[in-house]
Amino acid sequence: MAQAGTPARESAASDEVVVHIRDLCIRRGGHAIYDGADFDIRRGLITAIMGPSGSGKTTLLRLIGGQWRPDRGSVTVDGEDVPRLSQSRLYELRKRMGMMFQGGALLTDYSVFENVAFPLREHTRLPESMIRDLVLMKLQAVGLRGARALMPEELSGGMARRVAMARAIALDPMMIMYDEPFTGQDPISMGVLMRLIRRINDALGLTSIVVSHDVDEILSIADDVYIVSGGKVLDHGSAERIRNTRSERVRQFIDGAPDGPVPFHYPAADYAQDLLGGGA
Amino acid sequence: MNTAWRVVLDFLARVGRAQFFLLRVLAALPSLARRPGLVVQQIYSVGVLSLVIIVVSGSFVGMVLALQGYNTLVRFGAETSLGLVVGLTIVRELGPVVTALLFAGRACSAMAAEIGLMRATEQLAGMEMMAVDPVKRVIAPRFLAGVISMPLLTAIFSVMAIGIAGGYFIGVIVLGVDPGAYWSQIQSGISVWGDIFNGLFKSLVFGVAASWIAVYQGYHAEPTSEGVSRATTRTVVMASLAVLGLDFILTALMFGG
Repeated sequence: MAQAGTPARESAASDEVVVHIRDLCIRRGGHAIYDGADFDIRRGLITAIMGPSGSGKTTLLRLIGGQWRPDRGSVTVDGEDVPRLSQSRLYELRKRMGMMFQGGALLTDYSVFENVAFPLREHTRLPESMIRDLVLMKLQAVGLRGARALMPEELSGGMARRVAMARAIALDPMMIMYDEPFTGQDPISMGVLMRLIRRINDALGLTSIVVSHDVDEILSIADDVYIVSGGKVLDHGSAERIRNTRSERVRQFIDGAPDGPVPFHYPAADYAQDLLGGGA
Repeated sequence: MNTAWRVVLDFLARVGRAQFFLLRVLAALPSLARRPGLVVQQIYSVGVLSLVIIVVSGSFVGMVLALQGYNTLVRFGAETSLGLVVGLTIVRELGPVVTALLFAGRACSAMAAEIGLMRATEQLAGMEMMAVDPVKRVIAPRFLAGVISMPLLTAIFSVMAIGIAGGYFIGVIVLGVDPGAYWSQIQSGISVWGDIFNGLFKSLVFGVAASWIAVYQGYHAEPTSEGVSRATTRTVVMASLAVLGLDFILTALMFGG
């Protein structure tokens, strides 16, 4: 497998921007999740969106997928202004996007085979024999052809995510979004998922957006990295550049330091005063 | 005053949202013509699987009615009218209402919990991201299945004589009322249009209301275990109250003179 994030890979990838986000502002529950952030996701690359919990990583995927609308700013995917699309045009666009949710979001009443066949049955009129072949090819790509008869409750967390990955590529999308793909995975599952994300991206010529806060794992496969926090993009660049950044806030995140620009203590009154005060 | 005003506004906003949701569901119904299998599957789930509770309840309600009716009628020497009392009570009132209450407890709660869990486990969001409208794929088939199942279950409860047969068992076999009188009173006293169809129309209205409440609550459940539990409870409470309230209105319109 080729090394990720190398200059060779970046020069080989297209400079064409497939997701173009400008001046993104969105508030939820009185709190600004994004306040003037810009993103450019380039075609053919794996772009990592990293940041602390609650920094709006999943929100960004929801905005790109058109599930949420920004309060201000533009979100353009493959030339389409996502927030302004009608439902039918948005659904047409989504057929060209795949999404892997954190928990897999598999349909619990359907077997592994039926889950992967679901988008094919919904959006194509292919004969059953062809659907079978396509499903088996997708399952083979994620190493789960032999698990096709299993039900979702019989799968481990890592297997469920691999099935979700097979389902996400069922319609041969141009882009795939991964929401926290490594959370709660053992080292073997994590390694398998990392390899699959890289291999599927390269083999199918996809554009991948991976939202994660697993620093080492994501930096080892990402070509381009955004660090977000406090509604802004703190830093952006190649994995190598992010590893060597001098920004204190980014460093704290990358190194997992408990104290720094993001304080360990939640803002509070003076400790001694608090103890002696006797109030609530 | 401020709080009361906010509560009223909040209630009206919820009613408005529920109405828009119903319109979305109704607009999605024509798409089911191409996929009747989805509705049949749900009729099995909400209708066929509710049969046991409906049949058992229907027979017990009929038996209790016959016991109570006989004890009253026999004082006036009018026990031969037992069939009419049991039949009219079941066909006009108890059939549609008890069926709807049981349906709310058995099928609507399951429907709301299932949809709520699909929301909590991101299955609905997953469908949306696969460009599949969950209202068309998940909600509309369940709503239509509820609307179709309710009159059928009511018919089984009352018209198909489960309740009336229960009354027959107690009145005729146990208490000794003349069987010919029992059936002839029913035949002469119950009108097909005035009683049976009005009862079935009631059950259709109950079916729309209960299914609407179930799918709305499930679809808008908070994506947590507590949220799903609350949605399920609200479904049973609201559907039961809606059935009783609508029953009063429909009875006043149909039989109020």
